[in-house]
Amino acid sequence: MVFDATAGFSESRRRSLVDRITRHAEPYLYTAPALILIVTIMLAPLVLGLSYAFRDVHLLNPFSGGYVGLDHFRTLYGDDNFYRALRNTLWWTGASVFLQFVFGLILALLLDRPFAGRAVAQALVFLPWAVPTFLTGLNWAWLLNPVIGPLPHWLYALGLMSEPANILSNPQLAMWGPIIANVWWGIPFFAITLLAALQAIPRDLYEAAAIDGAGAIRRFTSITLPFLAPTIAITVLLRTVWISNFADLIIVMTSGGPADRTQIVASYIFTQAFRALDFGYASAIALVLLVLLLAYSMLIVMLRQVLMDRS
Amino acid sequence: MNSYSIFGTALHRLAILCYVVFALFPLFWLLKVSVTPNDLLYSEGVRMWPSRMSFEHFRFVLAHSAFPVFFRNSMIVAGATAVIVTLLASLSGYALSRFTFRGKYWLVALMLLTQMFPLVMLVAPIFKMLSPLGLTNSLTGLVVVYTAFNIPFATFLMQSFFDGIPKELEEAAKIDGATQFMAFRQIVLPLTLPGIAATLGFVFTAAWSELLFALMLISGNSAATFPVGLLTFVSKFSVDFGQMMAAGVLALIPACLFFLFIQRYLVQGLTAGAVKG
Repeated sequence: MVFDATAGFSESRRRSLVDRITRHAEPYLYTAPALILIVTIMLAPLVLGLSYAFRDVHLLNPFSGGYVGLDHFRTLYGDDNFYRALRNTLWWTGASVFLQFVFGLILALLLDRPFAGRAVAQALVFLPWAVPTFLTGLNWAWLLNPVIGPLPHWLYALGLMSEPANILSNPQLAMWGPIIANVWWGIPFFAITLLAALQAIPRDLYEAAAIDGAGAIRRFTSITLPFLAPTIAITVLLRTVWISNFADLIIVMTSGGPADRTQIVASYIFTQAFRALDFGYASAIALVLLVLLLAYSMLIVMLRQVLMDRS
Repeated sequence: MNSYSIFGTALHRLAILCYVVFALFPLFWLLKVSVTPNDLLYSEGVRMWPSRMSFEHFRFVLAHSAFPVFFRNSMIVAGATAVIVTLLASLSGYALSRFTFRGKYWLVALMLLTQMFPLVMLVAPIFKMLSPLGLTNSLTGLVVVYTAFNIPFATFLMQSFFDGIPKELEEAAKIDGATQFMAFRQIVLPLTLPGIAATLGFVFTAAWSELLFALMLISGNSAATFPVGLLTFVSKFSVDFGQMMAAGVLALIPACLFFLFIQRYLVQGLTAGAVKG
């Protein structure tokens, strides 16, 4: 009897110990697969990539891999292609984000108002977002091609062009091709995010303001904009970083040409890795891009802090 | 006042119409060229619809090109990625939603970091890491890479769906003797089905569209995904517009189907992603 009781006692104690270990381990068991994948497929290559920036790594040369110190950065310092890519990145990112934001905001405001058929209209205008980016690039390249697409002929008919030509092969205008494709593809993202923020604004605020005699413009600037401001700040910041890294459209539509006029830093990195197979130099450019983007993000965060402290 | 509001309404509908036309016209043109027979392709270049329709391009692409293989490869890669990511992200999203544990802050910070740095940085190192393992030029390699890339966003997305489900349901189940995992599997997961569908859709679309890593990691036709196949096709035979656009329409179908399926969750999903990731 006594023996049995102690056995039962230690049995229950063991079970409670196991229970406690399981309870403590449980969150780690849930997150482990995701964490392992992120560390091996994203963090490890990131560290490896950082080391490549200081090494001579050529894919086809088995004797490469030695440390070269800051050589890549010295080359980069005198690389005119890099500076051109940097200027192009500013232009590409600035124009794309600005146009996507403006047209996205207008669309969100239009969709915030109830009307018959809103659900259908919303599904249709958001559709471009579902189109794969490579197809978006190809599709716009075709639309801009005078052989098969209508756009050059329309521009010619409107008198904006002296002959139906392809703007993608015109060094002065080529960047507009990927920018238009990017705007077409990216408007829905801004519209969706801003629409969600608009729908979170309490409706009675507008009613109270209308009773107080505030006009439509007044209501927009003193209710809508302040409520949207945090969403606008974070989406613009995230999209700016994302678009400056977004090389797909450029690689598909122009592969950086004509005469490198559409080469942005991200597509330059890809070209160095993919065509020149110079992994060391590609990683050095990538490291510089990463530092620039971090500096930009920190600048924005600090600016926001200063503005918030002031108000 | 009344005439002003009628004018405003008309302007509003007109603006919406402009957006719809701008959004749909490029896709309409893709479809139009894909059904235009070759002999009318140039003579009726800017007509809105060809005088005679034909499905010859689709027939050719399906019967005499490698596109069915590309389509199958993309289906396998995007489908497997979507299923694996959704499974793993429901687990990790549930942990972030329901547990407080040591290291949680760092885990979230790590996931946010992966959303910030340029993925193009990883092209060269991932190639170097995967090639001794035999994972370049293989669909498995692509699935592994895409799974890792999509897990952070999917985790935040699933977390936001779990956050919307009251905790009391699981607590009641645990009082009745269920373990946390049983409560998760039998009570919480069925309630999160819309969220699971949305995550599946987001990840499928992302994996279906990915271009750069597929270009870098895949070299032969046999393992090429749709983006790689279409791009190689374009650079090799850049004259056969009808066939290319027919292939483009085929690439569009799965993405659009998934989009229609998930579009009601878009506002909720993208907001979660934009705010947290």
